[in-house]
Amino acid sequence: MTTAPSTLASAPLAPQAPSPAGRPARTAGSLVAHVVLVALLVVALYPIAYLLGTSFKSPQEIANNLNVLPESFTPKNYADGWSGIPGVSFARFFTNSVVVSVGVVVGNVVSCSLAAYAFARLRFPLRGLWFALMIGTLLLPHHVLVVPQYVLFNSLGWVNTPLPLIVPKFLATDAFFVFLMVQFMRGIPRTLDEAAAIDGCGPFATFFRIVLPLTKPALVTTTVFSFIQTWNDFFSQLVYLNDITKYTLPIGLRLFLDSSGQNSVGPMFAMSALSLVPVFLFFLVFQRLIVEGINTSGIKG
Amino acid sequence: MADTASRPPRVSARRAARPPAPGGSPRRRREAVAGYTFLIPWFIGLFGITLFPMLYSLYLSFTDYDLLQSPQWIGLENYVRMLTDDPQYWNSVKATLVFALVSVPLKLAVALGVALLLYRDRRGVGLYRALFYVPSLLGGSVAVAIVWQTLFGGQGAINEILGIFGIGGRSWITNPSTALGTLVLLAAWQFGAPMVIFLAGLKQIPAEMFEAGSLDGAGRFTQFWHITLPMLSPVLFFNLVLETIAGFQGFTAAFVISGGTGGPADSTLLYTLYLYLRGFGDFQMGYASAMAWGFLLVLGVITAIVFRSGSLWVHYADEGEH
Repeated sequence: MTTAPSTLASAPLAPQAPSPAGRPARTAGSLVAHVVLVALLVVALYPIAYLLGTSFKSPQEIANNLNVLPESFTPKNYADGWSGIPGVSFARFFTNSVVVSVGVVVGNVVSCSLAAYAFARLRFPLRGLWFALMIGTLLLPHHVLVVPQYVLFNSLGWVNTPLPLIVPKFLATDAFFVFLMVQFMRGIPRTLDEAAAIDGCGPFATFFRIVLPLTKPALVTTTVFSFIQTWNDFFSQLVYLNDITKYTLPIGLRLFLDSSGQNSVGPMFAMSALSLVPVFLFFLVFQRLIVEGINTSGIKG
Repeated sequence: MADTASRPPRVSARRAARPPAPGGSPRRRREAVAGYTFLIPWFIGLFGITLFPMLYSLYLSFTDYDLLQSPQWIGLENYVRMLTDDPQYWNSVKATLVFALVSVPLKLAVALGVALLLYRDRRGVGLYRALFYVPSLLGGSVAVAIVWQTLFGGQGAINEILGIFGIGGRSWITNPSTALGTLVLLAAWQFGAPMVIFLAGLKQIPAEMFEAGSLDGAGRFTQFWHITLPMLSPVLFFNLVLETIAGFQGFTAAFVISGGTGGPADSTLLYTLYLYLRGFGDFQMGYASAMAWGFLLVLGVITAIVFRSGSLWVHYADEGEH
């Protein structure tokens, strides 16, 4: 069912040029390939289908029905899960996750584009050294810094607030996005800058009026990936948030595990499924960008 | 600074090139000021959030520090304890090495295999590619780790499926010999991201190479070994570096599946999880810092080995003949 529309859509567009002799073998081969691919797809998507299916099953069905799909769909798990943690509703966790994710997105877009413009376009003493340091931080594992950063943010009184998760992003600490934007800005013709300079634009006006608008695709990529990364992030949120009213979704979901009885599986799955919806929506909207954009940008160089 | 231009023979070519023409000088200087202005946030981040904390963590690694009392200097004690007197530490090293050494090659092999299947035949590639990517998109989340824990649990669906084939079930999660395996499977399941990179690399291999190959009588496997694989080696290298670094930093799934303990019997105690437990479970900040530095050194060595090995097997098309 899933493959049919695309096969229909692409059939008239694919005239299959190769030699007539090679054609029958190719078709047979491609049939085998499709069978293998569909089988792999079933395996690969089974856990997601299982998550969705189970989230709509009643407790009895969860225990007895082996099928992915429930016999009768019940939304009860969603209602139960939403208020399943005593004293706090999932709306709170959702709000907290949105605050952190939006903060990170804004921080990354603003600070990384500023730094990237300096590296990509401006000449200043020691630029090579700073650029090398920036690349160095790209490979630095996050876990190495978590203890001293915790001590730092603790002394600022920021623990148990979203600040340690957001503020560093306003300081261009996500070197990956700086690098991504540097690469992108290098592709923008320099003649545009020169024309702007002749018209009397200084570096600041050139950045805001010329380079930044043309960097939009890289800014969108940064937005999408910052959001997904932060939404799924667990480690730093676990470290910094320890009051239940401050919890984000991943930390909130964990509470279900602590209270896990067979009865809590349904609500737990319902909330898990719900927590993935924003990421999935981003994926639907920016599918091409996500699948083609960032991953290949590193090798085209 | 201003008089460097008047003494050209004494300064390096690079510095002399900077402020020579009287007309260009103010503009250059304005550009330098602008450059540093644009970098202000980045500088604060580099020094305040990265470099200073790194040095501070190096200092902490030689101390006993619980966040309440000020750090007590204890010299190399943390490192000595870590290397000679903490069996849990070595359990975590072992779990991490096994996890990375199995999951990374497995993930890359599946990714390459599926990419080759998809590349052959262009029908529906877009849809397949998007669907295979979905696990990579969601796989790092707590939600999927929860699903995994249920799937591989004693009453999980995996056992039901195995039961159909007459294979006896067990709780894969609570058995020390299989728990890490479930984490490996979860990592390999997210093969979509490297697959997408392989596909992009495959597209860049010129079709004439295969035509020339088949004219010379090369079969599919010969073509794969002598054309596809060498041409794809830079992309394979890129994926290997990315996945190795990611593989050593796995945390979420290990935490969720083991209920935050790294159990059973430390079998899922990945390095970062153990670091978390020491640092934020019992607030041994000094010990956790020593662990972090050990991690940085080992990961640095491993990355260096991967890069070194690259010069042996990575083939760059523009390198020319040897």
